[in-house]
Amino acid sequence: MDVKIGELPSWKVMWDFTPKGIVGAFQRGYCCYYDKYEQVCQCEERGRCWGFYGAYVLFNYCLSCKELKCERPHKHHQGETSVDGAL
Amino acid sequence: MNENLFASFTTPTMTGLPIVILIIMFPSILFPSSNRLINNRLISIQQWLVQLTSKQMMTIHNNKGQTWTLMLMSLILFIGSTNLLGLLPHSFTPTTQLSMNLGMAIPLWAGTVFMGFRHKTKAALAHFLPQGTPIFLIPMLVIIETISLFIQPMALAVRLTANITAGHLLIHLIGGATLALMDISPSTALITFIILILLTILEFAVAMIQAYVFTLLVSLYLHDNT
Repeated sequence: MDVKIGELPSWKVMWDFTPKGIVGAFQRGYCCYYDKYEQVCQCEERGRCWGFYGAYVLFNYCLSCKELKCERPHKHHQGETSVDGAL
Repeated sequence: MNENLFASFTTPTMTGLPIVILIIMFPSILFPSSNRLINNRLISIQQWLVQLTSKQMMTIHNNKGQTWTLMLMSLILFIGSTNLLGLLPHSFTPTTQLSMNLGMAIPLWAGTVFMGFRHKTKAALAHFLPQGTPIFLIPMLVIIETISLFIQPMALAVRLTANITAGHLLIHLIGGATLALMDISPSTALITFIILILLTILEFAVAMIQAYVFTLLVSLYLHDNT
């Protein structure tokens, strides 16, 4: 919708200042934002899902970090390795 | 060794605070709702699956039983998504906790039983004595039927807990065995790795089947009482 600067006052008077009109304006604005930026392509939905799963796995790994440290193989003496607490 | 084996079943904490509620609520993020007439692929697939499941499960019920549709669909989605998320590495599965499964099974079973006693008292009492029972067996059979009635919620909860816990334990054991065998004998480690892959596929199936079985049994108890 193209509005010239000289036509601004008359264009502004045309607005719907009723509550229904104001709510509708916000809804149209959100829909325009959603269509333009969020629902750009289908592949973004899949990427978001995998991002959730990855973040969830990382979150749980950080929580169970301490228990996992005991299961790592470490050296007791020079030249000897042992697996402590594996299985 | 025993402590490490069951460490993944302890309730998770972060700086001393239990975060199990956050983990229980996490699957709800994976079911987006939409107020559009035509949705994107993800929501369309989810809606199709929910409609398919609800048709398959709720067709046998009368009007009174079909009021439970929302409850049963939420139940199957929750248990299914929780079980499947538990198969991700390092994740905590709430359905391995007997307390949680009893918390789901007992109220649902009790709801169906109370509904039966309220709306169809004679039919509900008649369930305690099968038709055609010899007279001298009546006292014993009433006791047996009463016990079998009260065992139903316990069986529901223990079945789900045991299946999911056993699967996770097996994955943990075979994964540990594969890791340990990698230095000793790579060919044997490869065989155990293939077994691990097959077991993981089985666990995906078990996760979905157990959700279906839990919900189906609650649906059957409801059908008997409505």
